[in-house]
Amino acid sequence: MQKAHDPGEYVAFRHVQKSYDGETLVVKDLNLSIGQGEFLTMLGPSGSGKTTSLMMLAGFESATSGEILLDGRPINQVPPHRRGIGMVFQNYALFPHMTVGENLAFPLEVRRIGKDEREARIRRALDMVQMGAFANRRPAQLSGGQQQRIALARALVFDPKLVLMDEPLGALDKQLREHMQFEIKHLHESLGITVVYVTHDQGEALTMSDRVAVFNDGRIQQLAPPEDLYERPQNSFVAQFIGENNKLPGVVEELNETRALVRLATGELIEATPVNVRAKGDRTLVSIRPERVEITAGPMSENAHLLDAEVREVIYMGDILRIRMRAAGSEDFVVKLRNSIDQRRLDPGERIRIGWHPQDARALDVI
Amino acid sequence: MVDLPRIAVQAATAAAGPEIPLKARLARAQARARRRAFLLVLPLLLFILLTFVIPIGQMLQRSIYHDGFSGAAPALVEWFAATPAGTEPDETAFAALASDLLFMKERKLAGEAGTRINYAVPGSRSLFTAAARGADRLTAPYRPALMAEDGKWADPLLWAAMREAASPWTTDFYLSGIDMQRTANGGIERVDEGSRVYLALYAKTFLLSAVITIICLALAFPVAHLLATLPMARANLLMILVLLPFWTSLLVRTTSWIVLLQSQGVINSLLVSAGFIGDDGRLALIYNRTGTIIVMVHILLPFMVLPLYSVMRVIPPVYARAARSLGATSWTTFRRIYLPQTLPGIGAGVLLVFILAVGYYITPALVGGADGQLFSNQIQFHMSKSNWSQAAALAAMLLAGVLLLYWLYDRLVGIDKLKLG
Repeated sequence: MQKAHDPGEYVAFRHVQKSYDGETLVVKDLNLSIGQGEFLTMLGPSGSGKTTSLMMLAGFESATSGEILLDGRPINQVPPHRRGIGMVFQNYALFPHMTVGENLAFPLEVRRIGKDEREARIRRALDMVQMGAFANRRPAQLSGGQQQRIALARALVFDPKLVLMDEPLGALDKQLREHMQFEIKHLHESLGITVVYVTHDQGEALTMSDRVAVFNDGRIQQLAPPEDLYERPQNSFVAQFIGENNKLPGVVEELNETRALVRLATGELIEATPVNVRAKGDRTLVSIRPERVEITAGPMSENAHLLDAEVREVIYMGDILRIRMRAAGSEDFVVKLRNSIDQRRLDPGERIRIGWHPQDARALDVI
Repeated sequence: MVDLPRIAVQAATAAAGPEIPLKARLARAQARARRRAFLLVLPLLLFILLTFVIPIGQMLQRSIYHDGFSGAAPALVEWFAATPAGTEPDETAFAALASDLLFMKERKLAGEAGTRINYAVPGSRSLFTAAARGADRLTAPYRPALMAEDGKWADPLLWAAMREAASPWTTDFYLSGIDMQRTANGGIERVDEGSRVYLALYAKTFLLSAVITIICLALAFPVAHLLATLPMARANLLMILVLLPFWTSLLVRTTSWIVLLQSQGVINSLLVSAGFIGDDGRLALIYNRTGTIIVMVHILLPFMVLPLYSVMRVIPPVYARAARSLGATSWTTFRRIYLPQTLPGIGAGVLLVFILAVGYYITPALVGGADGQLFSNQIQFHMSKSNWSQAAALAAMLLAGVLLLYWLYDRLVGIDKLKLG
């Protein structure tokens, strides 16, 4: 049954499966559609199937079953060199025996583009990544960040509509990585290309993407914009994988559409937003972000349930204070406090009351 | 405030000792380590000196130095020094010859001296030994006395040869190596067409070596690629098969090729029984040029596979993927991305196989017949005849050819691009 092509859908995976050994599935029933001009990130731990999915889209791996569509046409049988997809590899894969200029000329030469046009395009691509003066250098003479820019320019020089990036910033140091994130995002916006980006760095995924697909165990666990992903994780895996998280195990005592009362293992009762708990008596993990825990009554709702806590350790991190405390039966309950001028300072051993807004506590499945 | 930097500088120089400059201090600090490093490499240095530099130097010297005649004929040496080249031998010269013959007889040097002259003028050895035997009976005038013994003593070629041999330093052996000889009046000319052997053989040796190298490359490239792309465990198994010939005696391998290739051998019999050739049309696969090529390719193949493999193993497959993603077909990817990256291995393998082939001797001797002989077989021939100088000159010619190719390779490809493993 062929579904009608949705014009906003540029790339589509339909029931795609992949197995290498005929016994286990690395990708299990992948359904994903990516809009034109979208920046979509595949995020997940290693072995989650994200890179395999990217390689199937690039054409280096074949799908065991299912269909991959590019601009409405199935591309399962199209060899990689005819897909016209730009790709940036993890270690750049710049051809070591060619200069930067020759590297950029390569995709144009195989497309039989004339010399004048070729040179104009190379110059434009190099200027785009601010590497105009480096055309005659060899890749080995460039720093990691410069090689990264050249790899980017090479993937863009033949004007592909779709660019795939396989952990392109993995080998750079933190500062350069953050700078390149910004530049890639900026290029994406100014060129209007569609980008599929693979990373295991959640910070990278959150800062750059329009939408993030969180992969685990061969499946997409959640597909959502960064804000939703962080603030409204759909299951425990996502909550745990994205950002830091306090997990409190308990049993659902009362449940309606918008509110669940959870009895914690310590006997305390807390209020949470139900996400994927189904019935009263279900076991659940309540997830609360460390920065959403309050230690003063001000921001909490009036009938918020408060818990007793004992400060065990205060770690000074510059912009924030990270407090580890004993609370709700956990020795490692973490609270992050903004290092502002009027922040209340805590000392180890101090006993306080903590609480949160019920919508920030999310009752999730148990894994 | 203003004085602060100066105080700091003073403190630093005071601590390090102000009178010694930095360079000298650095040299002193490193001298000990350098001495130790030198002592560590000293045994190796001596080994190289003893086993490479001295023998090769001796070989080169032998090719231009032969004192067999000059040491045995002091009077003639004197006469040749006093007269210009091309002078007719007069009575003085024959008197000198007679005294030298006596000298040779006393010291038993006639054979050696005769041999030296024999290289230039065949048949001279017996002339000298016979004359020396009767040297004590010679009386003046010496010219007629010697002429009475053997008319060959008047031969101007003989005298030209003796004049050349009067100096132990000579280019005679190189001249004969390029199929040239001396004329009676001191000039040089090509030898008769029938006896020109070396230059043609030299060219044939390089040509055959080139053919062998190209066949080796064509066979080894896919094998090395397969080895480099297979999983380690299976690659190791295949590698054993590649190396297996190394562990078998060269003679055994060559003999087994004789069994396979001879006219009543396995391959011919198979072809005949399959009806491809008639019984009277059996192919001549051995004891000729074909045999030399087949067997040498087999023997030298591992030397091509190994450097290729070591280079291919470390070429990341991601380059091929990158090329494909940029729009290149698999053929373009191979030609423009993979092949250039294997060049260091190709260069090393080609150079290794070629140099080994140029100097190969056992295999052509065993399976080459008359047609499949190489330059080294001539060297061996001269060595077996104790003509060390001629063997050394031919060996030096071979060395010069190889060095020339090495230089060319360096100019065209660059020796730093070589990767032997």
